[in-house]
Amino acid sequence: MSLLEIKDLHAKVGEREILRGIDLTINPGEVHAIMGPNGSGKSTLAQVLAGRELYVVTSGEVIYEGQDLLAMSPEDRARAGIFLAFQYPVEIPGVSNMYFLKAALNTVRKSRGIEELDAFDFLSLVKEKMKLMEMDQTLLNRPVNTGFSGGEKKRNEIFQMAVLEPRLAILDETDSGLDIDALRTVAGGVNALRDPERSMIVVTHYQRLLNYIVPDFVHVLSEGRIVKSGGKELALELEESGYSGFEDEEEAVGKV
Amino acid sequence: MTAVTEQIGRWVAEFSRQEPAGPWIQRLRESAFQRFAEIGFPTTHDEEWRFTNVAAIARTTFRAGSPDKLLCTPGGVEELDPSDAEAHLGHDAAFDRNAFVALNTAFLNHQVSATVLRIPRGMVLEEPIEITYEVAEDVACDPQESAMLAVHPRTLILVGANAQCTIVETYKGTGTYFTNAVTEIVVGDGAVVDHYKIQQEDSRAYHIATMQVQIGRSANFSSHSISLGGALVRNDVNAVLSEGTEATLNGLYIANGTQHIDNHTVIDHAKPHGTSHELYKGILDDQAHAVFNGRIIVRKDAQKTDSKQTNKNLVLSDEAVIDTKPELQILADDVRCTHGATIGQLDAESLFYMQSRGIGKSDARNLLTYAFAQDVVDRVKVQSLRDSLERILFEKFHEHAH
Repeated sequence: MSLLEIKDLHAKVGEREILRGIDLTINPGEVHAIMGPNGSGKSTLAQVLAGRELYVVTSGEVIYEGQDLLAMSPEDRARAGIFLAFQYPVEIPGVSNMYFLKAALNTVRKSRGIEELDAFDFLSLVKEKMKLMEMDQTLLNRPVNTGFSGGEKKRNEIFQMAVLEPRLAILDETDSGLDIDALRTVAGGVNALRDPERSMIVVTHYQRLLNYIVPDFVHVLSEGRIVKSGGKELALELEESGYSGFEDEEEAVGKV
Repeated sequence: MTAVTEQIGRWVAEFSRQEPAGPWIQRLRESAFQRFAEIGFPTTHDEEWRFTNVAAIARTTFRAGSPDKLLCTPGGVEELDPSDAEAHLGHDAAFDRNAFVALNTAFLNHQVSATVLRIPRGMVLEEPIEITYEVAEDVACDPQESAMLAVHPRTLILVGANAQCTIVETYKGTGTYFTNAVTEIVVGDGAVVDHYKIQQEDSRAYHIATMQVQIGRSANFSSHSISLGGALVRNDVNAVLSEGTEATLNGLYIANGTQHIDNHTVIDHAKPHGTSHELYKGILDDQAHAVFNGRIIVRKDAQKTDSKQTNKNLVLSDEAVIDTKPELQILADDVRCTHGATIGQLDAESLFYMQSRGIGKSDARNLLTYAFAQDVVDRVKVQSLRDSLERILFEKFHEHAH
């Protein structure tokens, strides 16, 4: 059985339709890259899957582990194993990273029927994962993402992912704003989480990230639809030719 | 009979009925009562009371009583008989323009309830001075009495030069009653005073309070006013600074249901080189109404004044109302004064971020609400007080969300 099945998904924000019929099937263990020009709907797709209310699904369906994903609240999706690494992680002054993550982990564990972690076990888990992400432990006691550099925020997202161990991870432009060293660390963290039971959707504008996180499939999104799908070589092709071909193609379709 | 004479008439009997005090207190009481009779209770036509309607108090018949007082003082603090404090008691808290202060003064030391403390010059106290005024349920709800209970707690604290102390004043109770409190603090030159007021009155109670602080040269005074309870609440904090004085006024008010909480502060920079920092934060839900009015006066002599005022409000419902108003009266020319007020809601992005990590929506709301109050709580330096505040806030938000 597939892990995620998206069928003819349409979504809008305000009066503007952004997703215009997405079809995508993801099986356990697969890594799918979603590429496309700015404004093609990549981030919208990521947010819709995570349950952001800003976007209204107008038609289509999404089946996750046999359930109607669109009927679930964002927190229930997270508890069911969906994780979104944000393009712009949110700063929450006044809530410590540690408290936040412990609350998140224990809710997720509880809903999976696993015993909640006590402070000691939580700390040792967290330390191990921080090491993986080459993160400074003092970040734990700081408020969530507050005053973090761009790179620290992105690492923090993957660190949270490592702690929460999702079944479906959606990485929304996790590479944006990272220098090459940070990119390697982040990609290393992601690769360490690759698992036959864990699937990933990697949303990116650039092929660069896919040198480090090698996808099984690449899809090109343009004007709210997947216009081309292929293997990892498609990403290289895009690097050569850019998105111009697809934009033209889309325009041509629009004129018919 | 006019409305005002009718209001005053209700108090005359109680005033005349009280045990007479020693000569100077009795004289003070009488002139205060006379002043109260002249001015009567304020109405919303008074600029100072524009957003706070005290008609419910004005039209009620009260009986005078006293709260239970729990006083905890570290060694070295002197407790004075109020009748020996003629030089200071009633000296700073002026009753000529404030009916509530006048009324409190008219019942000064009623049933010997006033508290006068002195911290000797140079004394450094490690432990806080704790003063708790509590209205017990059986006193508030005496079946023999038809009139509502009014209590007039009065506190005077004299801090000697270069002394250092922490004061925690707590107001609480059970039932329907009226607390009309006045606190005077005289901070000696070079002294360091950290004051906390925790207002946890019953949700049916009225609480009107004035704190008047006279701060000496190069002294450092901080006030932390936490208002949680009460149906109708008004806190006046008035601080008069001297040369080189540093004053901090922080506040947190949390109101839900139909609670009304009004905070008025006056920071009077009377002399040069004074610094004042003010941060008041409010959380409002349901049909609650809050008022913040922060007046900063910089007198002609008060050059090099540095003053900063911030008021931030978090509004959780569509029906809650906040009126916030800075009032800057600057008569000197070489000063730095800034002020700002914000009114906002919980951030939708933050809520979604938390939900996307599995935290339920109501827990996420509580956590964010709590986080909003966090920086005022963090400024509480008394560990035990900070712990109990954290617990109270946590319970308040938790209970409210369910």
